[in-house]
Amino acid sequence: MTHDKNLQVRIFKNKMLYLLVCIFSGLTAIPLLAILGEVLIKGWRQLSWTFLTEATPNAYKAMMAMSAGEPVPGGIANGIIGTFLMLIMAAVIAIPVGIFCGICLSEYKGKWFATVVSYLTDLLQGTPSIIIGIITYIWVVVPMKGYSAIAGSVALFIMMLPLIIRSTEETMKILPETLKEAGLALGGSYWRVMLQVMLPSAFGSIFTGILLAISRVIGETAPLMFTALGGAAISWNINRPMAAVPLMIWEFFNDPNLQSLIWGASLFLLTFVLFLNLLAKRIQKKWKV
Amino acid sequence: MQDKIFRTILILSAIIIPIIGGGIIYSLTEDASSAFEEFGFWNFIFSDDWNYTPGKESYGALPFITGTLLTTFLALIFCIPFSLPVALFVGEYFRGTKIATALSTVTDLLAGIPSIIYGLWGFYALRPIFMELEISPQGSGILTAAFVLAIMIVPYAASLSSEFIKMVPSELKEGAYAMGATRAEVIRRVVFPMAGSGVFSAYILAIGRALGETMTVTMLIGNTNQVPDSLTTTGNTMASIIANQFGEADGLKLSSLIAIGLILFLITAIINMIGKILIRRAQHV
Repeated sequence: MTHDKNLQVRIFKNKMLYLLVCIFSGLTAIPLLAILGEVLIKGWRQLSWTFLTEATPNAYKAMMAMSAGEPVPGGIANGIIGTFLMLIMAAVIAIPVGIFCGICLSEYKGKWFATVVSYLTDLLQGTPSIIIGIITYIWVVVPMKGYSAIAGSVALFIMMLPLIIRSTEETMKILPETLKEAGLALGGSYWRVMLQVMLPSAFGSIFTGILLAISRVIGETAPLMFTALGGAAISWNINRPMAAVPLMIWEFFNDPNLQSLIWGASLFLLTFVLFLNLLAKRIQKKWKV
Repeated sequence: MQDKIFRTILILSAIIIPIIGGGIIYSLTEDASSAFEEFGFWNFIFSDDWNYTPGKESYGALPFITGTLLTTFLALIFCIPFSLPVALFVGEYFRGTKIATALSTVTDLLAGIPSIIYGLWGFYALRPIFMELEISPQGSGILTAAFVLAIMIVPYAASLSSEFIKMVPSELKEGAYAMGATRAEVIRRVVFPMAGSGVFSAYILAIGRALGETMTVTMLIGNTNQVPDSLTTTGNTMASIIANQFGEADGLKLSSLIAIGLILFLITAIINMIGKILIRRAQHV
């Protein structure tokens, strides 16, 4: 009899754990839904063509519109342009350098040099983004004597680099060694085998890594605060301060006159980031090495 | 010939990492040195004075170090009851099923949300709730910041720990089942002892992430430069003081902020290195 009771307790405990795991796992979805809901409901009303094609209004204009009971005019075009311009500048350098560095790490695996670089890549990847902001301020803003889009893209470059290196390295490591040997046996030179056999085979995973790296840095605010600084007008001059969407959200947050623009900008940023994430997942599934 | 050029390009692109890494340490140390010289290294760390009145300038990092450690610790406590079930859900109970994929997509998306949007959500949606519950008068503070921070690190802790839970050999689990163990007992006696070190390292890396989180904390912590005396008071972390004051700082204050940056960099670097070493060990078991 006591034996049976013991068994019942064990079965009860087992069921309880199952239930708790399911409940708390389900609870984890709530913040995602809450954030998506909040941003979508509040941001939806602001999204319009002019919101995407016009620059930020100045505080005075926004104040006048608010006191007249009209919606705040203008939009986030300056931020969209700035974000993409800085992102492209960063990516154009970070992608080739990161891929080459990743190839190097997998090719020289086990050598002291590769081990050191590999650890430093981890270190760089874990570095808080605000530190990247400070360091870019010291390296670029101070010598250039002013905030600029160049500085912003340098900060984004430093953030992207370790992410691309890691995904390239991981992918190259799991490619079969026989693939390389087959290429070399056919008389291909080393660099042609690496670039025309190995790299294309790894393309899907590396591309996923690049997309994730972009989605990671596109929402970064902290490294841009002391580098690109932000600006109210549409600007293409990379030697001058430039706006970016996450920076603008931060500005709107701090300026009571512009607060009604927050949610539209957030919706734009969130949609873009989550789209990139889902796209990366899709590609990863399809192109699995 | 071309092969040589190619190999040189590979090496050159790899050298950029030590240059950046070494450069960060060098530049931060150099620019922080005037603050350390003025106040002394230990004095700077253990002083709770943050006064920028000209002539009476005095800076200390203690309020921000304690703020950072407190928010990170609280976030870790809040995070465990959610990340551990998610890891078990994905890695053990529903391993390989569609619903597990759905849940890991949810956590991946949570990881993808930019920190400034977490901050906005915390400020406009969560803060009123904290005020309503009368947890703290302004709704913002260390507790609020830690709560949102916890949500942000759940995906990191959960996805990595589920990888280690998946790695537990099924022969071992089957052996335990054959002896009549329930699933809960298998998890306690087989899965956790086997995957424990890996799961532990996942939490170390999650701590590393929480330490340096900037925007969310800056928007929610209330930004006061004092050593926090309770969980609901406002405070500042190392990252948030930099975010708040770096822009208009110069001279000694700038140097002090960079010194705080250096301390933050070193703490996260050490935590991350410990985490990575533990992970490499756990993978080789």
